[in-house]
Amino acid sequence: MGYTLSKERAEALFAKLKEKYQIIAPKRFPKQGRYSDTDIIRYDQIQSPDEIEYRRKSTFPMKEALNPIQQSLFFYTEDEYREARKNLKPMLIFGRACDINAQKIQERIYLQNGNFEDAYYRRRHELARFVLMECEESTDTCFCVSMNSNKTEDYAFAVRFHEDGMDIEVKDPEFEAWFADQEPSDYHVRFIESNELSVKPPVIKDRETLIALKNHPMWKEYDKRCISCGSCTIACSTCTCFTTRDIVYTENGEAGERRRVSASCQVAGFDQMAGQKEIRNTAGARTRYKALHKFHDYDARFHEGHMCVGCGRCIDRCPEFISNAAIVNKMSDAIDEIQAEKAGEEALYAR
Amino acid sequence: MRDNILLPTAREILNVKQESGHEWTFRVKTDDTVKPGQFMQLSIPRVGEAPISVSEQGEGWLEFTLRPVGKVTDVIFRKQAGEFLFLRGPYGNGWPIDRLDGKNLVVITGGTGLAPVRSLLNRYNENPDKREDLYLIAGFKDAESVVFKEDLNRWKGNFHTTYTLDYGNFEDFSSGMVTAFVKDIPWSDFGDNYAVVVVGPPPMMKFTGLELLKNGVEEDRIWMSFERKMSCAVGKCGHCRIDEVYVCLDGPVFNYTTAKNLVD
Repeated sequence: MGYTLSKERAEALFAKLKEKYQIIAPKRFPKQGRYSDTDIIRYDQIQSPDEIEYRRKSTFPMKEALNPIQQSLFFYTEDEYREARKNLKPMLIFGRACDINAQKIQERIYLQNGNFEDAYYRRRHELARFVLMECEESTDTCFCVSMNSNKTEDYAFAVRFHEDGMDIEVKDPEFEAWFADQEPSDYHVRFIESNELSVKPPVIKDRETLIALKNHPMWKEYDKRCISCGSCTIACSTCTCFTTRDIVYTENGEAGERRRVSASCQVAGFDQMAGQKEIRNTAGARTRYKALHKFHDYDARFHEGHMCVGCGRCIDRCPEFISNAAIVNKMSDAIDEIQAEKAGEEALYAR
Repeated sequence: MRDNILLPTAREILNVKQESGHEWTFRVKTDDTVKPGQFMQLSIPRVGEAPISVSEQGEGWLEFTLRPVGKVTDVIFRKQAGEFLFLRGPYGNGWPIDRLDGKNLVVITGGTGLAPVRSLLNRYNENPDKREDLYLIAGFKDAESVVFKEDLNRWKGNFHTTYTLDYGNFEDFSSGMVTAFVKDIPWSDFGDNYAVVVVGPPPMMKFTGLELLKNGVEEDRIWMSFERKMSCAVGKCGHCRIDEVYVCLDGPVFNYTTAKNLVD
């Protein structure tokens, strides 16, 4: 069912929702961007609908709300680890279709991979409901349509923001009660149907082709261009990797905390074992590892599509202006080349 | 409350034993049961966690053999009997016992690569009825690197053993890389009733694999154990992933048909 809310009514509704839910949405942090006089937009708890930055795509993805960049796992003393448990409230998390689809990938890793369930992710996941933010238009780095993530059904209600208030479409009947005294409307959420940018994910049909693609000269370009800073993976909606770190509270070092911190396969040392050399020791090798994880390995393991929702934040954030969309298309071109070469060789042998 | 898979538990160190110039074995009190070839996450509060393979197990204890090469192992080295190590696990698949039992077995190890097969070898040493002949080629860098000397001596009586050093001399050890001895195995006597286990540093495993193929060994009869950086050991942290494979979940033991394609 659809509703139209004035600014004042929206404000009043949020005040009521706040009693039950922690409301988490993209919020603008003025002058906290990486260049002088620039802002960042990231997920945080909000108190009023005014705080939601809906005009621009957030700099950092929604995953932070469910899996914080830093998270305490345990408190330790010399002879015991005690689980860090936060008293969490149910959460309403505002996100776009791509953001909500990205959480399916996070769930696949954190709740299902290897049949091990991560307790920290599970607790937040069980308390979270999504509020879909309608995209009025696609940005020049979005390619959600190519990744089939421009639409979703997984939301409690959808919102279209405008200057004077908001339009709402309630999807989950449980949420109808919150809107009982609001003015009905015929609003239905609209999804983005096309992007300026499109990608053609590579079709890697066998192990031989995969190995040929790994050895293709296309990766050499990134030895020069990529600086292995990891900005793309931190901005990525679907990247899940982390490292655990112990921190010490007291001077004698006997009490402290074990945390997990987001990690990046793009940063040197990600694969380095104690006393051994790094396995992927060039920026090109790391770029290849990430690109193939996103566009081959994930699907090869789970058979449910690629590990990318086309949110384009990796492209927005790269300080070297590397486009992952371009990398995907280059991979497809490389596959065509590999297959043409193979067909040529076969023809030669057949003669 | 469902279990927290990342929670380590304090376990008492029962005994510490020097194995070689670099390696020490820590025996830890625990009732955890582990299959040969599996590993555990060892933790030290304020330092961190590391995956370490179980080098032997017994009633109420497990052993870990390690060298001080990183933050965690450096601190474990300062621990003595009566102090605590923190454990969680076991993790990984372990050796495919059902594919090894009843066969002629060839085990080829490089250095401390002997640790993850030690309990497997002891199992076949104590239960000769579970196998045909067992050929062990154990290579070490030099005299200082030789580990599990008591086991090596005990195995001499029951296995066909070749112990070799890359450099220098030690007791009656041969000289040369393990690959040089692969051709001496009586492969043709085995028919198709055999299996091969290889563990060691990556270049050693690679060249041993190639040497085995040269000797006509079939790929699907070779098993190798991998080592990778890990934070979680439960398929979440991503550090050990190679292609669609997670070494912590799908390994560390892989059949050669998979292992040969695992390119980082």
